[in-house]
Amino acid sequence: MAEEILSAQDLDANEGQIPREDWFEASATLQNLRKNKKFPTIWCSGCGIGVVMGSLIRAIESLGLENDQVALVAGIGCTARMPVYMDYNTLHTTHGRALAFATGLKIARPEMKVIAIMGDGDALAIGGNHFIHAARRNIGITALVVNNAIYGMTGGQHSPTTPLDMRATTAPYGNVEPPFPICDLGAAAGATYVARSTVYHPLELDKYLAQAISNEGFSLVEAVSYCHTTFGRINKLGTAADMMRALKENSISKSAYDRLGADERGANTKIVRGVLHTKNRPEYTKVYGTLVDRVSDEAIQPRHYGGN
Amino acid sequence: MQGNEAIAMGALAAGCRFYAGYPITPSTEVAEVMARELPKIGGKFIQMEDEIASMAAIIGGSVGGLKSMTATSGPGFSLMQENIGYAAMAEIPCVIVNVQRLGPSTGQPTAASQGDVMQARWGTHGDHPIVALSPISVAQAFELTVKAFNLAEKYRTPVVLLADEIIGHMREPVELPDFQSVERVERLVTDDPSAYKAFRNVPGGVPAMASFGTGYRYHITGLFHDEVGFPTQRLDEIDPWLERVNNKLQHADDILLYQKDYQPGARTAILSYGASARTARHAMKQLRAKGENVSLFTVQTIWPFPEAAVEELGDSVERIIVPEMNLGQLALEVERVVGRRKVVRVNRANGEMITPDMIVAAAEA
Repeated sequence: MAEEILSAQDLDANEGQIPREDWFEASATLQNLRKNKKFPTIWCSGCGIGVVMGSLIRAIESLGLENDQVALVAGIGCTARMPVYMDYNTLHTTHGRALAFATGLKIARPEMKVIAIMGDGDALAIGGNHFIHAARRNIGITALVVNNAIYGMTGGQHSPTTPLDMRATTAPYGNVEPPFPICDLGAAAGATYVARSTVYHPLELDKYLAQAISNEGFSLVEAVSYCHTTFGRINKLGTAADMMRALKENSISKSAYDRLGADERGANTKIVRGVLHTKNRPEYTKVYGTLVDRVSDEAIQPRHYGGN
Repeated sequence: MQGNEAIAMGALAAGCRFYAGYPITPSTEVAEVMARELPKIGGKFIQMEDEIASMAAIIGGSVGGLKSMTATSGPGFSLMQENIGYAAMAEIPCVIVNVQRLGPSTGQPTAASQGDVMQARWGTHGDHPIVALSPISVAQAFELTVKAFNLAEKYRTPVVLLADEIIGHMREPVELPDFQSVERVERLVTDDPSAYKAFRNVPGGVPAMASFGTGYRYHITGLFHDEVGFPTQRLDEIDPWLERVNNKLQHADDILLYQKDYQPGARTAILSYGASARTARHAMKQLRAKGENVSLFTVQTIWPFPEAAVEELGDSVERIIVPEMNLGQLALEVERVVGRRKVVRVNRANGEMITPDMIVAAAEA
């Protein structure tokens, strides 16, 4: 399995045989990558983040959106590098702040589809405050959280989603902190669409991302991934392919989960994949728009403030 | 009208259409006026979850094409530094109002201070350009807020309006101009998406800025980047960027605002800004009434510091008295320009105003 995944070296080896221009012609996914950006990506060979990037492009394509009308806003980390490769309006911001930047952009351009792309540390540790408040407002942003349960870019420190007892460079004796359940947190904070799948199931991610982007309010998609370079190595979990396979074996669809008995559900430790939560609630910029309509006839009154 | 209200009015007159902020004394009136007035003219107001988010949101709003502002005081200004650096790096026009209060830390929430002068210049990490303007009256709070927006848009840079609690909360009679008659500078735009480079190395150093959603799909990052906006580690792309961005404000005379009230033969000058400049003016009158020759130099543009004008002043007098409500911050700049021996510091950093007597005593010492 590992040999089937193309590495950067493989691409280089094939370069003479498959002209790069032809890749772009052949694939809708590749057509939405930036042709003037030097590839390969910064991601390690075998990383799951690229799978999510493919899903995101296919989701946007399936909705027939103009690239000009899509903005990708990212924070800092391996996942947050995704937008630079993609041919949309792309804003690579500061660590944890993607949703706060995205909030300002969405308010300025409510007609745009704004997608915030974050890792687990980005979204839930340094960006945890922005995450819950963006969800509370139900502002029309899609939060895409790629959860690999580790800080990969800095070399494998434990994150707010690292499972208990797993090792990281800053949890050398095993993690002593319980992890955040991302989807539960998003739903509790007010998200109106919440779904989860894994990078082993890209067709599910395609579908959930399309639904999330179509939802008027705040949407959350958790894409469970892995980091074989740091997390996998320190916890002896094998190659990228091994970790990819583990996502298949350690996950269960929501429909299968719902068919379990109450005791089995309580004892479940597998990742539940599916649409986990939806709710009908007015979207923030729409609500503010009606406020503007309501008061737009009133004049500015300097005299109100003590006058001339 | 109150100083903070004048700041909000200045923002509206300048074309500000997006405000994001977090409540903090003594700046909150700015947010209250913006919350009330912005939606009346189709603008947007949002109260964010903290000052980090507020700063991020106004950058997002500016990228979306709206003239954007936030207002805060020292503790919030500290939190904003991260994204002020981002705005400097990505060259995003925006205005940050800091109604200074006594610090450090939570300090004294209702007491005045000028303690953030150096923070406005060097608060975020790395070398970067910044503009900071400091008003001395309610009328000037209005004028300099308009100026702050115009400079931000013209030079694609964050601009700090460095007010203080005294100016922010003071009430003075003000004759506001008709907003339609106020000069508004719009950011440079371009009409050719195919050839667009958001960070092009243009003469003058200020490339056109396209809004997201208008047909220009480009990349913005806080990483060092090339002319298109893609991250780079190439020295032949980093060096020109450093030179362009750090020099774009250096030779722009329209940024440097100050007022000179010189007296022929004066051997003493007082140099001040903000609320302290009001005391300085009072002290000057007292000294002149006693028959002493004193010149007064009032700084509105704190950053970039008006070096040439202060150097010229230094050449014409024996000493420059620098009163400020801190333990000596702008005095460091004056000392750098005219030499340490020419500078007499008058400082107060306990939340109380400097009195004219303190300056007169320094002049007569």
